[in-house]
Amino acid sequence: MITFLTFKIILVALVFVITLLVAAYSTYAERKVAAFLQDRIGPNRAGPFGILQPLADGLKFIMKEEIIPVVSNKFLFILGPCIAMMTALMAGVLIPWGGTLTIGGETYALQIAELDNGILYVFAVVSIGVYGIMIGGWASNNKFSLLGAIRASAQMISYEIAMGLSIIALVAITGTLSLSEISAQQAGGTGGDWNFWNVVYHPLGCLIFIICAFAECNRTPFDLPECETELVGGYHTEYSSMKLGFYLFAEYINMFISSAVISTLYFGGYNFPFMNDLGLDQNMITIIGTVVMFAKVAFFIFFFMWIRWTIPRFRYDQLMNLGWKILIPLAVANVFITVASYLIFK
Amino acid sequence: MQLTNRSKLVVKKEMNFWERMYLPAILGGVMITIRHLFRRKSTVKYPEKTREISSIWRGQHVLKRDDKGAERCTACGLCAVACPAEAITMTAAERKKGEENLYREEKYASTYEINMLRCIFCGLCEEACPKEAIFLTDRIVTTDYSRTGFVYGKDKLVEKVDDRIDVTKRQTLAVQEFKQQKQLSHNK
Repeated sequence: MITFLTFKIILVALVFVITLLVAAYSTYAERKVAAFLQDRIGPNRAGPFGILQPLADGLKFIMKEEIIPVVSNKFLFILGPCIAMMTALMAGVLIPWGGTLTIGGETYALQIAELDNGILYVFAVVSIGVYGIMIGGWASNNKFSLLGAIRASAQMISYEIAMGLSIIALVAITGTLSLSEISAQQAGGTGGDWNFWNVVYHPLGCLIFIICAFAECNRTPFDLPECETELVGGYHTEYSSMKLGFYLFAEYINMFISSAVISTLYFGGYNFPFMNDLGLDQNMITIIGTVVMFAKVAFFIFFFMWIRWTIPRFRYDQLMNLGWKILIPLAVANVFITVASYLIFK
Repeated sequence: MQLTNRSKLVVKKEMNFWERMYLPAILGGVMITIRHLFRRKSTVKYPEKTREISSIWRGQHVLKRDDKGAERCTACGLCAVACPAEAITMTAAERKKGEENLYREEKYASTYEINMLRCIFCGLCEEACPKEAIFLTDRIVTTDYSRTGFVYGKDKLVEKVDDRIDVTKRQTLAVQEFKQQKQLSHNK
């Protein structure tokens, strides 16, 4: 029991640190990717290749003057970024980062908590994240912030439906809501046993899920809550110092978690092709699997940025149109088509 | 009235299903951006590497001296008149006895100021100068903390006697010949 607890505590600390580290370096990666896609070289002054840029940014955020508007609701104003940050960090608990490690005869799963209804928990936590944005925007007592917050909540609520519907087909066919079991079912790859990642069986569901993930993370083309051209800074217009940093950070953590969920649900999670045919030790497979998992996550984070610097922002009515009139019917159709074809071709 | 054949008829046709899906278009856009990821970067890492500038770059002005070290400028004011940005001001003074080694002709500019914030570096002052006194050089005007710091006086404009500034790239034979043609522009 004691070893189990220490393992879990170490894992929690590790996931916490890695999440923050990835989020911090996502800001750096964002600027680098943006620069490279625009034929520039990006930040390169702080350390070699600008590798210390996140530290400099963090220091700047902490040293900056903290302004709380007089007309704001102070308690909620401070609560907003806290909720945003907390919910963002909470969602990482259920992601299976790797298979099982066997140390001294005992097996440990590289997953902080195992819930039978893992996906529902992730959705629930992510949807609480909207409160952070809404409360922050409302407490600022500023029209731009309020507009940004309203947009954010409307957008998130409407895309959550499509997102939820898009995984129903997946859940129906895998027969489980547990993220670790969904991961485990995709094991094997193209080795002796032909077993593909879920994206092969659910291409439409995967597409809808990724689009909704973009909207949930407030990323371009759906970054209306904070579109600079119309709303100054959106819901965080009035925020300064580390509270602004928390909002931005929460966004990057959300991106990280979304990438992890996408890779777990549709792209095999920690599984990699031929993993059972190389004749490797189970611990070795787990370690490689974890690396593979992070590689997949890194790719999806890059994908988020890549799309950001390719597609311009949607107009608000187009956004709602896409969400309610296209994605939701499509997601419902996807459920029927996938389940029907499963029953026929089984 | 149709002036050119460049105008195009705009057709606003309905998008077909494939186009309305947007995904092919997005895929195309994504392919374009990924190609830029591997392209050569156009950034010049400035303090370490300075960008190469043209030999006839129009930068900070210089007031030339003649071979003996006397100032060429006679404060005729043609440069100030030619200046479209009205950046040049000067006051004229008469040369005293014993100053022949300082000023080439009987009249000289006792003050000569160019406001570098007004200057647009067009080079018209150089073109207007009948005495080959003012030239633009390939030096770049440095930054300053105050607006007054950008008003360059004679101390910054006149070249040092022992540190001449080479303007042969700008004052080529063709340019000198051009300036001799009286019927052209200011030489009329």
